[in-house]
This record gives sequence, structure tokens and C-alpha cells, in this order.
Amino acid sequence: MIARNKFSSFLALILAMLLSLPAVAGNTDKPATPFSLPDSSGTMISLDDYKGQVVLINFWASWCGPCRKEMPLLEALHQRYEPLGFTMLGINVEEDSSLADGFLRDTPVTFPILYDRENTVSKSYDVIAMPTTIIVDREGNVRFIHHGYKDGYENDYQDQVRTLIRE
Amino acid sequence: MHRLIRLLLIAALLQVAACSSVEPWVKPYERANLATEEMKFDRNPVCESYMNHVYEAREGARGASGSAGAGCGCN
Amino acid sequence: MLRRISVSWLLAPLACLLVIQPCMAQVLPEDRADIMVHSYDGGGVTVTGPSLLVRKKVTKDLSLTANYYVDSISSASIDVLSYASPYKEKRTEVSVGADYLLGDTILSAGFTNSNENDFKAQTASFGVRQEIFGGLTVVSLGYARGWDQVGQITDLDFSREAEKRLYRLGVSQVITKKFVMNMDFEGITDQGYLNNPYRQVRYEAPGAQGYLWQSEIYPETRTSGAVSLGGRYFLGEGSVVYGSARVYSDTWGIDAWNTKAGYTYIHNKKWIFDASYRYYTQSSADFYSDMFPYVDAQNFLGRDKEISTFNDHSIRFDVTYDFAVDKWKFLERGTLNFGYNHILFSYDDFRNVLEGGPAGTESFYDFNAGVINVFVSFWF
Repeated sequence: MIARNKFSSFLALILAMLLSLPAVAGNTDKPATPFSLPDSSGTMISLDDYKGQVVLINFWASWCGPCRKEMPLLEALHQRYEPLGFTMLGINVEEDSSLADGFLRDTPVTFPILYDRENTVSKSYDVIAMPTTIIVDREGNVRFIHHGYKDGYENDYQDQVRTLIRE
Repeated sequence: MHRLIRLLLIAALLQVAACSSVEPWVKPYERANLATEEMKFDRNPVCESYMNHVYEAREGARGASGSAGAGCGCN
Repeated sequence: MLRRISVSWLLAPLACLLVIQPCMAQVLPEDRADIMVHSYDGGGVTVTGPSLLVRKKVTKDLSLTANYYVDSISSASIDVLSYASPYKEKRTEVSVGADYLLGDTILSAGFTNSNENDFKAQTASFGVRQEIFGGLTVVSLGYARGWDQVGQITDLDFSREAEKRLYRLGVSQVITKKFVMNMDFEGITDQGYLNNPYRQVRYEAPGAQGYLWQSEIYPETRTSGAVSLGGRYFLGEGSVVYGSARVYSDTWGIDAWNTKAGYTYIHNKKWIFDASYRYYTQSSADFYSDMFPYVDAQNFLGRDKEISTFNDHSIRFDVTYDFAVDKWKFLERGTLNFGYNHILFSYDDFRNVLEGGPAGTESFYDFNAGVINVFVSFWF
């Protein structure tokens, strides 16, 4: 009898945990915090440079498995929608950028990769999961936030980018 | 029944903790060292469960040695 | 009062649904396959066999795992040589499991079936893993139930049963950017036929040998608790020290503890070396004796060396080679692994009866064992 009680309490516990599933994607409308970061050649690139375009900002690291998986999919998205007024900005959060460069040699991308070595931008964008993906509309407002990456998220990005491009 | 209430309480607390905006002192983007291969607790689950089996068959103690426990040191 | 508190707390998880800031995202374990050959050789016992593990995501939220494991045992252990004859047997274990990702929670369930010609065991397990405090802490809870069926080769009508219940609580905690710790608690209760039907105890008896054998009798219940604490510290690129300690106690009177320390080193991103040392010690069960004073001396009788007072020292070395798989497009990574473990067991109240001489004055038993495991792992 005691055992049965324990078991039912265990089930209750699981239930309680399930009760409070958090949302993983958010929807906001705040202006994107401006930033300016160097790319691999040292040229400073600002979010402002892309005013009027739809921008997908992806915070990533070479040590983050899901980020590595996502990178070629982001590249495909960038190539497909760049002609329509869209750009991807990859923000690498690593202190040691050489690790990122090593990864990019094997997985080349054509969109700008910016180095946030001091994590100031990561902090201001409240990166609470790796990767974190933020989509900014033509007006410069943050419209979609995704934390983490799971198979199929790229379809959500595509739908959202498409919607914002049409606006 | 008391036990059930107590467990639900714990679960609720866990949930509050899970969703509270407690500032993590190590940010997700600061985990370069923690995410390395050599820092993983369970790098080789097959080898680890095998060594646990070897010890459990020959020692009186059992439990708390599994994959979520301290790493087996196996590669 | 209690009711009011609990209701308000119970509302908290619901309120949590409305919190805009989401929790950290958890990830399912990576897809991988491992093929291992293992070998144990020590104290007159050899155990060899293969082990095969496959883990694969079938959807973005569901990862399935299957494990096939074989022990081929050839035993001429001191127990067997003392009162029985050497034997060979085979144990086959098949496990299947599933991990389901729901937001920042991973639910898991598994089932294991183990089969020998005189012993069958089935285990069902459930678990929950949850990240809290922005992903700095991972809490896991586990529950398992086992059903054993004990038979006897020499008596096909012999059949006894035992049941097991297992409770686990694990906490993994990020302490700094270079330091992670984890704590594990596991409570296990057994009920039913817990001895080994072949095992014997010796008691003093007149005659040239000075003793005779009778079957062991174990209590029908056993409850144990174990707590372990471990940590890994990042010294610098490719260099990690780790350590752990565990304390254990059960209702049979066995108290044990063990500790382990090791070092992991990565050379050239291709080679991983690992060396560790482990020490284990325990006290005997209350009903253990190397030689009982007369037949049926107590209601419970045990002389298994596993429940005697002893200690063991282990040293272990591992080498992993990460081979490039650029040409193999379907693989993300592959490793070749070799591990060797040397264990020295020394017993404090278990005598080597094979030595002969006056009963009860034989020297204490000890033996060395070598454990080898060679395996290849693929990530796909």
C-alpha cells in the first residue's frame, strides 16, 4: 500500500512538472538594441547598416552542438532570401574566436559573422539559451525570439522571415 | 496523502525555480569550457554501465553510481 | 494552514505558464551507436561478451535507445572450487528506452529483460529530468521496479521470486565556468528470495576437515541507501581533473564507501587519455561469518565474499582515438576506444579454504582482476 502511494506521488510529481511547460518561442515588438561588432577582417558592422531589411540575428558558439547543426540551414535561408531584402547576422559568443574560425572553415557561410568576444551584445540581448535566434523587422523591431534549436525550427524561421519580408 | 501533498509541494517549488528569473551566474554563452568533451560526466554510457555492473556484481554496495552520478572515467 | 500553503504553491506552476521569460532549452542525447567487446578475468572467473547500443532520434522530441548485452561466464571461482564444480553460463540482456523532450523537461521510460538459464530479471524504469535556475541546475528523478525469477539448474521445479523498487534523485550543478558538481541519491528495497540457491556456508564439524557446508539463508528483505558526490574541474584546454565519493548503508549491516580521482587529457584534438584510481571498502553483513560454530547456528547465514569485510583498489587507463570521418558523409564523428582496469580485492574475514590446514586458520583470500573493454563509437 505504501508502495502504491509512493508510485502515485511520483506520477503526481511528473504531472506537476508537465503542468508548467514554458513557451520556447516568444513574440515581442520592442526596438532592437543597436550594436556594433567586428567581423573576421576587423571591420565594424552595425545593426543600423541593415535598416530597412529583415535581419535574423543568431547567437552561436562552436562548442554548442545544436548551433553547429543549425549553421548550414541558416546559410540556406540566407542565400534564398537575401535578394528579397533579408540578411542573416551570426554573432559568435566565444572569447577565443579561433575555434569559431576553425568551424567555419569546415562549414562556410556567406553571411557576416560578428565576434562578441566580451559578450556585451549577448548580455544586452539576454541570451538565455544557446543558440538564441532573434528576428528583426524592416522597422528595426524585435518580432520573434527563439531559444535553443530543435529539428524543424528552420521552418519557423522561414515562415517568419517570409511574413516580415512581405510587410 | 500527506506524502502526496509534500511531493506536489516540492514539484511546485521546482517549477517556480525553473521559471523564476534567477540570474544564472554562469550564462549560457559562457559555457565554452563546460561544453567540452573532457568535461562531460557521461562520455561513454556503454562503458560506464559495464563498469558499474562489474563493481555491483562484486561489491556489497549498490546504487548512486550510475550515469547521472560521477563519471566513470571511461572514455 | 498546510492546505492554504500548498494550494498557493500549486497555483505557482500555473502562473508560471504566463511568465514571458522562457526557461532554458534542454536537448535530447545525441544519436550514436557503440559496439563494445568486454572481458573480465580474475579469481578463476572469466566473463566476456559483446555490447551494442544504438540511440536515435525518431522525431525532434523523441529519442529511442536499444541495448543488447551478453555475459559469457566461465567460473572456477573459489566458491565453486570449494563446494561445487566449475560451470559455464550465458546471460543475455536486452534493454529498450525512450526519452521524450517536453519544453525544458525530459521524460524517460525504459524496460530491461535479462535472461540466464536459472535466473530471469525484468526491470521497468521511469525518469524525469528538468533544468532549473536558468540551466545551472539539472534535477532528475527516477523510479524503477524489478521482478526477478530465481531457478536452479539441478532442480527444475525450484522457482522463487523477488521484487525490487528503486528511487533516484540526482542534481547536477554548474558551480563556475570551470567547475561542475553532481549529487546522486539512490534508495533500493528488495523483497523475496534474495540468496543464491547454490551458495553454501561452512560450519565447524568434527572430522579430518574440521567443517561441513550447508545452504546459505538470506533475509527476505533488504533496503539500502547510497549518496554520491562528484565533480569535474577544467584546468585548461584539454585538461580536466575529476573526483567522486560515495557512502552506502543497508539493513543487512553493510556499510561501505568509495572514492575515485582521475585526470582526462586531450592531445591534438584526436587523442583522449584518461587515468583514474578508485578505492572501495565495506563492512560485512550482520549474518556473515567465515565459519559458523555449528549447523543452523543462526536464522540467517551468509558466507558470500561480496558481503564480507573487504576492500579493493582499482587503477584504470583509457585511450580514445577520434578518427576523421570527412569521407564518410553519414557520420558526424567516430572514435576507437581501449580501456584497461586492474582491480585488487583483499578480504579481511573470508578465508581461502582451498589452502587446507586447520579449519579457521587458513589465510585470508585475495585476488587480482583485469578488465578490458574495446569499443568503437559512431555519432550520426
